[in-house]
Amino acid sequence: MDLKGVEIKVHDMSLRDGMHPKRHQITIEQMQTISRGLDEAGVPLIEVTHGDGLGGASVNYGFPAATDEEYLRAVIPGLKQAKVSALLLPGIGTVDHLRMAHDCGVSTIRVATHCTEADVAEQHINLGRKMGMDTVGFLMMAHMIEPQQLLEQALLMESYGANCIYATDSAGYMLPDDVRARVGLLRDKLKPETEIGFHGHHNLAMGIANSIAAVEVGARRIDAACGGLGAGAGNTPMEVFVAVCERMGIKTGVDVFKISDVAEDLVTPIMDFQVRIDRNALTLGYAGVYSSFLLFAQRAEKKYGIPAREILLDLGRRKMVGGQEDMIEDAALTMAKERGLIQA
Amino acid sequence: MSKIKCAIIGPGNIGTDLLYKLLRSTVLEPVWMVGIEPGSEGLARAREMGLKTTHEGVDGLLPHVQADDVKIAFDATSAYVHKANSDKLNALGVMMIDLTPAAIGPYCVPPINLKEHAGKREPNVNMVTCGGQATIPMVYAVSRVQAVKYGEIVATVSSRSVGPGTRKNIDEFTRTTAGAVAAVGGAKQGKAIIVINPAEPPMIMRDTIHCLTEDAPDQAAITASVHEMIAEVQKYVPGYTLKNGPVFEDNRVTVYLEVEGLGDFLPKYAGNLDIMTASAARTAEMFAEEMLAGRLRFEPAAA
Repeated sequence: MDLKGVEIKVHDMSLRDGMHPKRHQITIEQMQTISRGLDEAGVPLIEVTHGDGLGGASVNYGFPAATDEEYLRAVIPGLKQAKVSALLLPGIGTVDHLRMAHDCGVSTIRVATHCTEADVAEQHINLGRKMGMDTVGFLMMAHMIEPQQLLEQALLMESYGANCIYATDSAGYMLPDDVRARVGLLRDKLKPETEIGFHGHHNLAMGIANSIAAVEVGARRIDAACGGLGAGAGNTPMEVFVAVCERMGIKTGVDVFKISDVAEDLVTPIMDFQVRIDRNALTLGYAGVYSSFLLFAQRAEKKYGIPAREILLDLGRRKMVGGQEDMIEDAALTMAKERGLIQA
Repeated sequence: MSKIKCAIIGPGNIGTDLLYKLLRSTVLEPVWMVGIEPGSEGLARAREMGLKTTHEGVDGLLPHVQADDVKIAFDATSAYVHKANSDKLNALGVMMIDLTPAAIGPYCVPPINLKEHAGKREPNVNMVTCGGQATIPMVYAVSRVQAVKYGEIVATVSSRSVGPGTRKNIDEFTRTTAGAVAAVGGAKQGKAIIVINPAEPPMIMRDTIHCLTEDAPDQAAITASVHEMIAEVQKYVPGYTLKNGPVFEDNRVTVYLEVEGLGDFLPKYAGNLDIMTASAARTAEMFAEEMLAGRLRFEPAAA
């Protein structure tokens, strides 16, 4: 398909989704340095918060190195052209967090729900729009339902005031045809002025292919993480995606060499381990499990002696959704009891 | 033995499930069901079960309060209308048990502070939230052993058990629950998270309670306290079950629970709704016992 001349907006995830493999410990200074690099390379939109969004600081998801407010106030004033977005999961964050983020200068709010639960986002989407923010509805784990059901949920978010709707492949499970079916239907049936976005994970190495498939059928916002720093095997690697777009004539406004320098010189050095498709990340994509469960399952493996892969498969079978990180230790304990590794 | 007469406001799932529980009570007698829709299925069901009904809201009930000797009312509507309902009924000497997250009255979590409320003559008590009823007893089970600097609860409920009221204002759930984790649970700081899971067949309510203690946790004492408290809650919610834990890691204490409902009107997986109606019924019974013993009386405000 000829996509020459198509303009898209890339949205960087390394300082939000990238908080997962960093156990939310990215320092304020690292946030500042990397965000300035992204800004300089021409990335128009950068997400900054706890990995689980505003208010994510918790025992359940991990306490971050600094508060959302400290990160946002440290990053936003240092940017020349890039804008900053924040993620909010109703049930974790509230409208109070949204007001705080707006006050810090966040211009885009992304309200995220499990793909079947759009109606819990009404109050947050309403408020984001009322405050004049670029307001995005973010439907997570979109592989779990059929395109028609996803459309119904997207229409709800659109009716609350979202001006952009995402099909989010939180598990990195989708293949290009899955993406085309979902994104294509959203593009056909939502208002022409509603933007469509796609957020991928690289667990089956489909990040780039899926994102291109999304652009083919009408997505104009694509999430990617510089250096691939994101949950699971990471998000669609930004620098690779930008290079592919350049070859195809898709306009991102991002400089290939500058963004690959940011990946190499600024993002890669802060990694605690190489974010890649190891057997557990592969399991996420293969079995359709929420990508940020990865490190929790690995820690449970260390503590209880149950292989992370088996824990992840169990969670997948039980259809766990994003946010159920507490069920990882619970599953490991139950399996350890069944196997006689700990006392019942 | 005479019973204390009650009215239920809100003939939806919660109100109807509560009705089933009240019909079994030895000290409470439900006599009125109040709705706002003439064609409401819930009102029709209540009529079949012998209750008087009105579709004119609380105003339709007020003229009958004295003649029918209504002493306790349950509000199972929404936070938005609760205060108006409560003011009108309190003025007639009716005590209000609030199942909405409005929280204008003090929080009541039966195994923790029910007895304390009995002596206080409060005309309105609030049942917090479903997640609060399920988890705060565990926070308290830790904080009564030693100081808890931070309590956090994660309530995961089946999508089918979350009604439109909760969905429209999910922030009220997180705020009210977090407030009560501190105020009633005894944690210095409280946080609440709710997750909605659409799996089929529907999952039974799961609750995870994390406490961070000030000093190293006394594992034996906390474990014993948790088991004792579970037995207390099981008296009114038999399906309140410890799945795993307490787990101790440094100063973290974590308890993993499952809450299965009785299946009165609501399905068993909706333990979150069952624990609300069971807690409200338990609370009302205690007040009714006090009223029957002549220790608790509310007078109508002077006209």
